Amino acid sequence: MPVEFRADLHIQTCLSPCADLLMTPLRIVEKAASLGLNMIAVCDHNSMENAEVTRKLAREKGINAVPGIEITSSEEAHIIGLFRGIDQALKMQGVVYENLQPGENDENAFGMQVIVNEHEEVLGFNKRLLIGSTNLSVNQIINIIHSFEGIAIAAHIDREGFGIIGHLGFIPSGLKLDTLEISSNVSMEEARERFKEYSHIPWIRSSDAHKLDDIGKVSTGLFMEHATFDELALTLKKAGERKIIV
Amino acid sequence: MKLYEIVNSLSLEVKTPSLDLNKEVTGGYVSDLLSDVIGNSKKGNVWITLQTHQNIIAVATLRDMSGIILVNGRNPDVDTLLKAAEQGIPLMVSSLPAFELVGRLYSLGIRCQ
Repeated sequence: MPVEFRADLHIQTCLSPCADLLMTPLRIVEKAASLGLNMIAVCDHNSMENAEVTRKLAREKGINAVPGIEITSSEEAHIIGLFRGIDQALKMQGVVYENLQPGENDENAFGMQVIVNEHEEVLGFNKRLLIGSTNLSVNQIINIIHSFEGIAIAAHIDREGFGIIGHLGFIPSGLKLDTLEISSNVSMEEARERFKEYSHIPWIRSSDAHKLDDIGKVSTGLFMEHATFDELALTLKKAGERKIIV
Repeated sequence: MKLYEIVNSLSLEVKTPSLDLNKEVTGGYVSDLLSDVIGNSKKGNVWITLQTHQNIIAVATLRDMSGIILVNGRNPDVDTLLKAAEQGIPLMVSSLPAFELVGRLYSLGIRCQ
């Protein structure tokens, strides 16, 4: 019988140039635990280099931290890929890096891209232009995510900047998105009205937290058997008695 | 041409009153794709866009642009205004659509250079 798990499946770490430097894996996990979240996903911009340490720390607290990447498409829409394990996420990161806009991060303009360990010690700085875009279209990104058995999410569809509707005008039919993410910027009442034509695709709510206080600001209730990636995938397909509450 | 001359000629609304408008505008660039602006704009350009997200300030800082003009009377996000003041990027708003605004800038002698 499915039971409810609370999930916030879009959190940035200090690896994202735009995120607060206090967004270390340790503090993210502590905050998630204090809020009673069962599942989180680390989704840094075009990289997943803090995902493994977050996963390890989360496991110690009984939280499943799913590895993810928030990928910028050539149209500048943000598509999140969530993966079963680090290996698949690493493969996705490899494709993203091969197709990322060339250039080096300018810390003054965009912010630092910090890779840390479980003790919040700095292991290094990612030099890539993570704020930039890939030359992969939304369609290509979704197909690649699926080729690594991942879940493809259209991030913050209510936001004009970097949301799929803001950049493509509408969600093309036939796009194989597994779920649409509604941000904390709109109420669900407003979202149901604005996006009613997309009600055939499952919706989730995630915080897109860039600072600690924003973690869990909005979250999704997942009625499933266990807090695992495979159960999440089944829940998004509404298999059996599983359901999503937003 | 100086930025303040453009502001006066086109009656732009200045959203960053604390910043100096006595900056040389070397040319103009119009685009709503941030990656395109990172790749193709030039130092000293004024950037015409409808994007209001705070990342426009980071991009303008990176490219050392002279300022940003938002079109269609768009209001910048609060975070964008804070970043603009912090990074010293003048932010202006025009009530005109991009096509009209760029036409007037061209008439003033601003080129894509």
